[in-house]
Amino acid sequence: MYVYDEFDRAFLAERVADFRDQVERRLSGALSEDEFKPLRLMNGVYLQLHAYMLRIAIPYGTLSSDQLRRMAHVARVYDRGYGHFTTRQNIQFNWIKLEDLPQAMADLAEVGVHGIQTSGNCIRNVTTDQWAGATPEEFDDPRIWAEILRQYSTFHPEFTYLPRKFKIAITAAPKDRAATKVHDVGLRLHRNEEGELGFEVLVGGGLGRTPFVGKSIRPFLPVRHVLSYIEAIMRVYNQFGRRDNIYKARIKILVHEIGAEAFAEAVEAEWANIRDGALKLTDEIIDDIRARFLYPDFAALEAEPAELKAALEDPRFATWYRNSVHKHKVPGYSIVTISLKPVGAPPGDATADQMDVVADLADAYAFHEIRVGHEQNLCLPNVATKDLPELWRQLDAAELATPNVNHISDIIACPGLDYCALANARAIPVAQEISKRFADLDRSRGIGRLHVNISGCINACGHHHVGHIGILGVEKNGQEFYQITLGGRADEHAQLGTLLGPAVSYDQVPGLIEDIVDAYLELRSSPKELFIDTVHRLGVEPFKERVYATH
Amino acid sequence: MAAPQQQKLKVNGPVAVTANRLSDGAVVWRTAEGNWSTALADAAVVTTAPEAIALLEGAHKRDTDAVGAYVAPVVFGEDGSKLPGNLRERIRVNGVTFTLPGSATPASTLPAA
Ligand code: HEM
Ligand code: SF4
Repeated sequence: MYVYDEFDRAFLAERVADFRDQVERRLSGALSEDEFKPLRLMNGVYLQLHAYMLRIAIPYGTLSSDQLRRMAHVARVYDRGYGHFTTRQNIQFNWIKLEDLPQAMADLAEVGVHGIQTSGNCIRNVTTDQWAGATPEEFDDPRIWAEILRQYSTFHPEFTYLPRKFKIAITAAPKDRAATKVHDVGLRLHRNEEGELGFEVLVGGGLGRTPFVGKSIRPFLPVRHVLSYIEAIMRVYNQFGRRDNIYKARIKILVHEIGAEAFAEAVEAEWANIRDGALKLTDEIIDDIRARFLYPDFAALEAEPAELKAALEDPRFATWYRNSVHKHKVPGYSIVTISLKPVGAPPGDATADQMDVVADLADAYAFHEIRVGHEQNLCLPNVATKDLPELWRQLDAAELATPNVNHISDIIACPGLDYCALANARAIPVAQEISKRFADLDRSRGIGRLHVNISGCINACGHHHVGHIGILGVEKNGQEFYQITLGGRADEHAQLGTLLGPAVSYDQVPGLIEDIVDAYLELRSSPKELFIDTVHRLGVEPFKERVYATH
Repeated sequence: MAAPQQQKLKVNGPVAVTANRLSDGAVVWRTAEGNWSTALADAAVVTTAPEAIALLEGAHKRDTDAVGAYVAPVVFGEDGSKLPGNLRERIRVNGVTFTLPGSATPASTLPAA
């Protein structure tokens, strides 16, 4: 949990007051739409097909139970009773009236939540591992560094008008759960041989119409230099980034055009001038931020309590436990993933009632803390292992215990043509249909880890390029068609998928996915070989032969 | 302000002008009287580019009622009723194509394409 200071609160209250005034002036006609649009976008307000959408940042994916409850309140009072968790640790409300937006924002601001840095050409909400502070794998809590970057970027005047939006993600564990390699800047925290903490710095990753995996430009940057180094990157980008063409304005295009080496040289030259200046982090500053992260008062508990052993006799609990519970750094505690992918439901959506249930469970069992991960699921990072059986019973009753985490029905999907004004094709119903085809969770367990990612257009909000199976909606003569890619991944071995073959129609997609899975089951060297490894071993050809033969 | 693509607007078939209502984003249609209606049935349907441009220009005169006006295809049902002319417009008119979370109301049923 992070304790905000009064400055942040005052700043938020001011922003809400400004926005209230802007909305009033817009409704009265004093502001034109052209004048108002950038203002609303700065506050996370979009206009979609049938309503306004409010995007709220969940900095580094950390939420308190009070904040989640307040989101439930906003969903219930101003929206249609649900919210949508996105791949960048945001939540979106899809139906809020412009007239109600200032009040909804004021309600959210009371608990320190806002839509700043969720839109526009600024440094966006810095994202990180949803297991931060809890996983034994990490070298440090990455949220400390995300928070340092958040403070620096929020108040940096130059960064309000970048050539294009700018996304930073941080991982502090070798296993990358934050998709750092497909961000404009990815920071990978580790220790060098002397035991010092530092970042590997990756730049130029990204999805969208021109996807790239980020390139490493520095293997080790001592942590105290992180701001000056990012500043140097931003200066080089600001100076050379293309503002003339929106499709070429992202840093990835610059890095691609001049090459990672030349880009790194330019950054290093810039950095040499500023590295020991005002942006160098002192121990004092780092310690101050670190002290604001409050960790639970962990008790000395048994690692394998009797309650757990007894509950494991129940096959339903055991299945969920094996799928959704992960090792914690403190013995006797566990990390729990809450699937927001019940079979046949829109991926990533949670009703107001479900949000309340999760908030209550976080109060009862998880030190009031909830996380949001980029796979559009929630997480309780700190649960006493002995409480797992009771927690599971209550999650199960609220349809929040589907044991399909990382399985084929744990699909990432963007809003697509059901909501989004930029879409070519629908994404959510495609996800629903696929998840229904694999409703038999024993079958999907037999298939193992398999990420299906779906985007409704080339902007790639649904991360289709890095899905083990990627599905991209395109339009052909007014009809929805879908291109399928195989072999993408968003983890530490990030890679873009390879096109399987010609696009298929909406109705053909679920069958095609089944055929791909059948081909995998036939082709894998053993049940231990994961889908992604089979694709990498064999390439897409054997899949193509089998799949298109039947269509 | 008409967007550039609307100045060389091609119209082949019936079209109407649609936008989102400023106050809540609801889908609205331009009527022959120069108002906005949430019912497609009330829309002025035209078949030539000059008529469509005239409707658009009317729509752009005031931006406090509706925003983002553009020309959308319309088709006629067997009974002569006005229907949205493509999938995007069908979704705008009928709503999302699945059941909303926690909602008792079933998803809109899309007529076949
Ligand atoms: C109103 C709805 C939305 C609009 C208008 C929208 C718009 C866009 C656009 C235009 C891009 C491409 C940016 C570029 O390549 O420069 C983009 C990228 C992206 N969006 Fe969205 N988006 C929407 C909803 C979402 C949702 C719901 C999610 C999460 C599920 C999301 C996550 C992302 C991500 C992860 C990217 C990544 C690609 C990248 O920047 O490298 N967006 N979005
Ligand atoms: S990928 Fe395209 S369709 Fe999907 S949310 Fe992004 S912009 Fe909309």
